[in-house]
Amino acid sequence: MNTVVQKSRFGVAQIILFLSISILVVVVAVPVLLILFNAFWVNGKFNLNDVIRIISEPDTWQALMNSLIIAAGTTVGSTIVGTFFAWLVTRTDLPYKGFMKGMFLVPFMLPSFIGAMAWKMLLSPRAGFINKFFMTYFGLSGPVFNIYSYAGIILVEIMYLFPFVFIQVCGALERMDPTLEESARISGAGLFTITRKITIPLVLPSILSGALLIMLYSMAHFGTVAVLGIENGIFNIPTLIYQRIHQSAGSFSSIRTGTVLATILVLTAAFILWLQGKILSRGHYQIIAGKSFRPMELKLRTLRMPLFIFCIAYIGFTIVLPTVVIFLVGGLKTYGLPFTWENLSLENYKFILFKYKVTRDAIWNSVTLGLSAAVITMFAGVMISYVIVKMKVRGKGILEFLGMLPFSVPGSVIALGVILAWSGKYGVNLYNTVWIILVAYIARYMAFSLRANSAALEQVHDSLMEAARVCGASMWQTLKDIVLPLVRPGMLASFFLIFLPSLRELTVSIMLYAPTTRTIGVAIYTLNEDGETVVSAALAGIALIIIVTGQLLVERFLGKKAHR
Amino acid sequence: MSHIRLLNVTKRFGDVTAVNGLNLEIEKGECFSMLGPSGCGKTTTLRMVAGFEDLSEGEIHVGERLISSRSKNWYLPPEKRDFGMVFQAFAVWPHMSVYENVAFPLRVRRLPAAEIERRVKDALSSTNLLAVSKESPENLSGGGKQRVALARALAINPDVMLLDEPLSSLDPHLREEMRFEIRDLQRKYGFSIIYVTHDQAEAMALSDRILVMNLGVVQQIDTPLNVYNHPVNRFVFSFIGLSNFLSVVRDGDGFRLRGGERLPEGLKPTQQDKVVGESGERISLASRPSEIDFCNEENCLRGVVSRKSFLGEIVDYQIKIGDQEMRVQKSRRAPGPNVDETCSLRLLRPFWYTEI
Amino acid sequence: MEDLIRIEGVSKSYGAHRVHGNLTLSIPKGECFTLLGPSGCGKTVLLRLIAGFEAPDAGKISIDGVVVSDPAAGVNISPDGRNLGMVFQDYAVWPHMTVFDNVAYPLKLAKKDRKEVSERVMETIAMVGMSGLEKRLPSELSGGQQQRVALARALVAKPSLLLLDEPLTNLDANLREEMRFEIKELQRKLDATVLYVTHDQEVALALSDRLAIMDESGRIRQTGSPWEIFERPVDPFVFNFMGIANFLSVRREGEEYFVGNGTQPMPWEKPTGDCKEWVAAFRPSDARIAHDGAGLRGVVRRASFLGAMMDYLVDVDGAALRTSVETHEAIANGLMFNDGENCVVDFHNLHWFEAESLREVMGTSVREGKS
Repeated sequence: MNTVVQKSRFGVAQIILFLSISILVVVVAVPVLLILFNAFWVNGKFNLNDVIRIISEPDTWQALMNSLIIAAGTTVGSTIVGTFFAWLVTRTDLPYKGFMKGMFLVPFMLPSFIGAMAWKMLLSPRAGFINKFFMTYFGLSGPVFNIYSYAGIILVEIMYLFPFVFIQVCGALERMDPTLEESARISGAGLFTITRKITIPLVLPSILSGALLIMLYSMAHFGTVAVLGIENGIFNIPTLIYQRIHQSAGSFSSIRTGTVLATILVLTAAFILWLQGKILSRGHYQIIAGKSFRPMELKLRTLRMPLFIFCIAYIGFTIVLPTVVIFLVGGLKTYGLPFTWENLSLENYKFILFKYKVTRDAIWNSVTLGLSAAVITMFAGVMISYVIVKMKVRGKGILEFLGMLPFSVPGSVIALGVILAWSGKYGVNLYNTVWIILVAYIARYMAFSLRANSAALEQVHDSLMEAARVCGASMWQTLKDIVLPLVRPGMLASFFLIFLPSLRELTVSIMLYAPTTRTIGVAIYTLNEDGETVVSAALAGIALIIIVTGQLLVERFLGKKAHR
Repeated sequence: MSHIRLLNVTKRFGDVTAVNGLNLEIEKGECFSMLGPSGCGKTTTLRMVAGFEDLSEGEIHVGERLISSRSKNWYLPPEKRDFGMVFQAFAVWPHMSVYENVAFPLRVRRLPAAEIERRVKDALSSTNLLAVSKESPENLSGGGKQRVALARALAINPDVMLLDEPLSSLDPHLREEMRFEIRDLQRKYGFSIIYVTHDQAEAMALSDRILVMNLGVVQQIDTPLNVYNHPVNRFVFSFIGLSNFLSVVRDGDGFRLRGGERLPEGLKPTQQDKVVGESGERISLASRPSEIDFCNEENCLRGVVSRKSFLGEIVDYQIKIGDQEMRVQKSRRAPGPNVDETCSLRLLRPFWYTEI
Repeated sequence: MEDLIRIEGVSKSYGAHRVHGNLTLSIPKGECFTLLGPSGCGKTVLLRLIAGFEAPDAGKISIDGVVVSDPAAGVNISPDGRNLGMVFQDYAVWPHMTVFDNVAYPLKLAKKDRKEVSERVMETIAMVGMSGLEKRLPSELSGGQQQRVALARALVAKPSLLLLDEPLTNLDANLREEMRFEIKELQRKLDATVLYVTHDQEVALALSDRLAIMDESGRIRQTGSPWEIFERPVDPFVFNFMGIANFLSVRREGEEYFVGNGTQPMPWEKPTGDCKEWVAAFRPSDARIAHDGAGLRGVVRRASFLGAMMDYLVDVDGAALRTSVETHEAIANGLMFNDGENCVVDFHNLHWFEAESLREVMGTSVREGKS
């Protein structure tokens, strides 16, 4: 519906549209275009042979394959784990299902590279606590499990990524009309037949869509592979880009390799998103419940306790254990000492919070960067979403296309793109300043803001605005009195969706930091790489506390708002 | 012996008693409706028969079989009961073709392929779905989907068919058509129907007997005509059509309006109404807007027309009687008074109930 | 009487789809006028053209003597400049404002002083029967109450014209019935000019002074008082749309008229014209069923007891017709027929249409007509 009646050619609508397009072009489109340009053009000439040469180099080819292997393993594993747990907490009589559901969502909050660090402490072949324990007390000659391996990387990624599938499938199962299953039951089918023939096929689109999200995330994932892979020379695309650029301090050939790899990432991401859209639109059955009854519960009977213990063990092993290890190691005087009371103290925590300049700077940088990026992206996002969702002006199609871009550009690609765009080649040199990280954060988190704000704006039905117009309100008055107050929850949500993750951001910052512009994530990672394990663990502990408290506050605060 | 027997069936959810001490017998081949407002316990009763809810007290028998019993702690799961059931929201499976939907109950029973094919074809032809058997039910209209659900329920040739508001998601025209189709299918296959609805016209048109239920308690069980002719209480009266209630009190030999004039001489309860009206006790004089005539006699209820609306087929009057109001609906051709005029009313079928 | 709205030759298309072509309509001051039509007939588009949410491609719209839309002259006043009140199907009360603030908003925009705002708001809230709920948020109100707030908001600034876009559709049947009488009351009390858009013929009959019936192509078929529309329909479309309709096909042979494929002559008033194929249209209540006497002989195909009504499907020489009798009358007069029983059907009044004109209607949507 056309909600804006235009009088002149350059009205308010055109100004807003122009601004929106400009933001997306500068922040997202230009970096991506520069990557594509640099990948395919050498000295101003199109050169495909060079691209093929780079891809066929053993290192790059291996990195590509590794990305695929890790992503495939992670996707399959997470899908199985996520679907299984979702089914367990929505369709069975497992005890304490509500608590379990909450716990299975915790990994969403935890930064996976911190988890990877914890698992390195637990399972590194020689020094890992678990491996050492078994070697000492059971006389094993070698490690129980070597975390520096494909299997190790995949398992750690599964632990942190399965909630993507879990939450999608839980949602689908909860919304599903229970009579779809009841009618199968009255038809004579037992519960396992129903699960196999009715339930799983009906939620398959949700399962696949979650799986593809994980695939997309894992392909472009930096942290886990960086922490666990480099020891044994396992690189994937993002870690290889980082290594090349880091080692050669931004030489031309390393940037070219980076752009080619980044191009592959962008194309893969676009393909995955296209596939996801297709699955969601084609296979999305109308299975939403009309009348609500409690869905059937499968009585687990003899399996009830074993499965309950299994879930508790899973939660303890994958969530509690790594977190505890991080905090304990953060309390040690020196890494390698046993966990006894005399070896543990809060000294490291005091040190990083009050004395150590590197970590204090990092915390300050992350907080200010996060706040600024969140505020800017929130406002830009609400404006762009408004144009896309509510306005009908010529040229909106361009904006809709540009608005899709942030969703399909992985973090390491954005980082590389801003290096190309803001290193002085085009007049502005932000390299080695905190500003280049800010620009990259805005680009990286624009997708979050667009999603939250569009969702909020979709809720504001056109008639609410039209009602204001007939009451005598101008377009600006309508925006001020009706639209903005109504999308405020969406804006707040987008603010926190950006601010909290930015506190633990690593993929982008690691490519862009300078000695004085480390963020929390960079500081944890580099300190760990430099062997400062205990300080790094202490900082990780602090980061976990900030993130979890923030998340809980948000849920409290926004959860209440939503009920109004 | 009756085919379906419910003995003292009670269901509690926490502190709420959804169904209270229900005794019921349904004959083979009978179409039995449970009618009541939402939350009256009719759907819970159906779900107990289906086996989706267990019982807090009582037991249910079907034919020779005991299917649920609290005291014997016996509970036959729904998949073993061999009933057909149709739900309000269709509940056809979108990932299977129409044919596969209908074949599902037969496949889980591991019938031979030829037998499955024969039965599915039969059920599809009875519901006029043969032409679309290969399509996904997603592509069918609401009526089409509900036919698939019916065919699926028919496939095993059950002797009990449970229908849970099967027509309320359809548009009115289709609802009427499907009503007759269900009746025809019943004639052809001979199953018993338990039909749950909140639409009294639907229940009246379809059923051999009706149960009217409120707040988990049975109000009346009878044939549609008897329920219409003799609603046993104020609730049943108000639930099965438009209704007027005038509050009256006994005044010596006759009655008078609450805080107003005496009712005309002949207007008082008969023995059949089972209402005496102790002195001072308030009782309701119930009537239907379409069962009131305007008259010129002295011995009538008198009132003033406060509103008159032309609604096409009928003209709708609101009449002020003392400080109470009454609706009267007359055919558009019947003569009637105008707004603010005084009129006299004769109740054609007055009913008397104790006030709740 | 002076016209409040005047629509002259208005056309509106979306791409290749023409919603209105050369539409002309005027509504006098103080009238409650209803646009009635099936969904998708363009009645809402017309309302939005008047409100200013859409601009016409051609033609002229004036409200209270002021031209508000005239593309030829480049005039298009935006909705906030048209001095309107409007109520939407989905209520559209602002969820972040209290009842008071919702109703006060139009007055605040008009920069009225606080005391006046407060007085007018409380007065209007009382008028729609919402006194005492001023401080509530819309989420704490039922659907019917929200629609009352929307109504108060639309009325508070005393607009020259009140536009109502299917305001009762989302309410349940009882509330809908109650609200239609209330809207009519308010309109009479305030002497407001109302344009009401609906697809529900009962609502339209109950509250309009005059109504217009629009067909799927956006053409107005008939304009008139509820009685005129119901009793003197100009074509089968209007007849069919206004209630349950029976159409008996009748063939003319010489001077005689026969139903279906039979040989029973039609004894009632006959049409004029030399068309061969006719339909005789009537409402279920216009047909009287009896055991014997004058009328067409037929067979009861299906007797349905619907509580207050007995509904009969009768076959007369291959033509099907529906008639109904109130149950108490049927019982009193022995008219409880069973399936397969013989009967006689007599008619009160018949509307004659040429068969061709009915085919055109049947081709589109006889069924959607009844909502």
